[in-house]
Amino acid sequence: MSKKPVEKKEVETTGHEWDGIEEFNNPLPRWWVWVFYVTIVWGIWYSIAYPAWPMIKGATAGYLGWSTRGEVAQEIQRFKDMNGALETELASADLTALERGSDLHNYAIQSGRATFATFCSQCHGAGANGITEGSGYPNLLDNDWLWGGSIEDIQTTVTHGIRSSDFEDDTRFSEMPAFGDDYLSDEEIGQVVNYVMSLSPVTKADADAGMADAGAVVFADNCSSCHAEDGTGDRSQGAPNLADAIWLYGSTKDEIIQTVSVGPKGVMPAWKGKLTDSQINAVAAYVHGLGGGE
Amino acid sequence: MGILDKHVVLEKNATLLLVSSLLVVTVGGIVEIAPLFYLENTIEDVEGMRPYSPLELEGRNIYVREGCYTCHSQMIRPMRDEVERYGHYSLAAESQYDHPFQWGSKRTGPDLARVGGRYSDDWHVDHLSDPQSVVPESVMPKYAFLAERMISPKYVRDLLEANKIVGVPYTDEQLEAAEADWLTQADPEGDNSDVDALMARYPKAQARNFDGKPGVSEMDALIAYMQMLGTLVDFSTFTPDASR
Repeated sequence: MSKKPVEKKEVETTGHEWDGIEEFNNPLPRWWVWVFYVTIVWGIWYSIAYPAWPMIKGATAGYLGWSTRGEVAQEIQRFKDMNGALETELASADLTALERGSDLHNYAIQSGRATFATFCSQCHGAGANGITEGSGYPNLLDNDWLWGGSIEDIQTTVTHGIRSSDFEDDTRFSEMPAFGDDYLSDEEIGQVVNYVMSLSPVTKADADAGMADAGAVVFADNCSSCHAEDGTGDRSQGAPNLADAIWLYGSTKDEIIQTVSVGPKGVMPAWKGKLTDSQINAVAAYVHGLGGGE
Repeated sequence: MGILDKHVVLEKNATLLLVSSLLVVTVGGIVEIAPLFYLENTIEDVEGMRPYSPLELEGRNIYVREGCYTCHSQMIRPMRDEVERYGHYSLAAESQYDHPFQWGSKRTGPDLARVGGRYSDDWHVDHLSDPQSVVPESVMPKYAFLAERMISPKYVRDLLEANKIVGVPYTDEQLEAAEADWLTQADPEGDNSDVDALMARYPKAQARNFDGKPGVSEMDALIAYMQMLGTLVDFSTFTPDASR
């Protein structure tokens, strides 16, 4: 401030004096006073327009009828309307007849990708590869399916889950016994593990031929009812194919011994009720389209 | 001299100024806070809400002890993007038995208000033991030690009673059965387990061996708590009152 303030003689002082210093009683700046009045008017208008004053039973609802819940419902509805036709169509679509390249198919894949990233990737991995081999979380990119790889099978699995405990009666269910609990001796487990290893191309080389022969009997007696005589599994009860190169719970001898001993019972939540019908169909179409779909 | 000029009295008496300021602030407080306690529409009665079962409450204590709330909120805000990711926005009633509540606005990790049922127990064990084993991009610390720390229901009744003192409506029956319910929920196949009685006292409670290992560890309790979060209210039948 280089300019010297103009001294206004007419202004009175407040009457205070400290060590010879006096205070002018200048009026507040006009712009300040007006802003102050406007805020008062705004405050009154706001408390009439929006929910504000507490009464006996509830607060005043406000002239504009605004509410947080109303706003979010409106916003959700706005997006629903944008995709409305496709959403409705997808919710009840016959997935097997989903025509590749059609608008509905494109929409399902895109919507399914987003749904997968939000709800499925935590277990199946962001790339749907089951995170790591042998993690116990199925890789969805390959053509090895526990409960079936057709688009309808996938849709059923997503809808009802696997061994889901969410009060879900239609969940896919089967239980491999924990053969380590009194069913089989350590010796028999060792034998059957060697036999199972001899079935799979990736573990064949590490299998002990002598033990595998003994294991064939153990397998026929204890395992073949679910995993089939030739070890190729049974999708109707989610029993994996043991003769392929894919090992859900690990392919080393120790890992397979552990698997036979405890009988893994992987759980997938039922998504019915958590996802909408169209989201379930979308994610089924997306997963089916990843490469392994049948 | 008008009334507006009387403030000179206040300005010259520090104690009077202090007392008067307190009175003014009190009026503001009463007008803004008091209505929350009597207005019927601040807390709606929502069907399905019940106090935590003993094991869930124990898990909740571990959740608070480990400071999970510093990275995870339990409050889904009423916004479209949050509703799409986490589920129906949280209702005040869903925190009504929380002491302390787990709301928050800082999320290093995702909101957990409706994490119940979204993942399997095995996933929770894997994830708590080594988060990066299932979510490689995660920055969450490892909590593997929870599985080694065994717990007993010796003091669980005291825990329920402490919650009752601060307003959670546990009945005498629930207090009486606290220890039995705790054991039943962690081991429904146990010799003295009575799952039906547990379900009658705590509808929708999930009873199983949560961490898949023998004995009851802190891991069991924490997963029991996680798996029930946000599962009590049935949103297929709940219609939100728009004016709240």
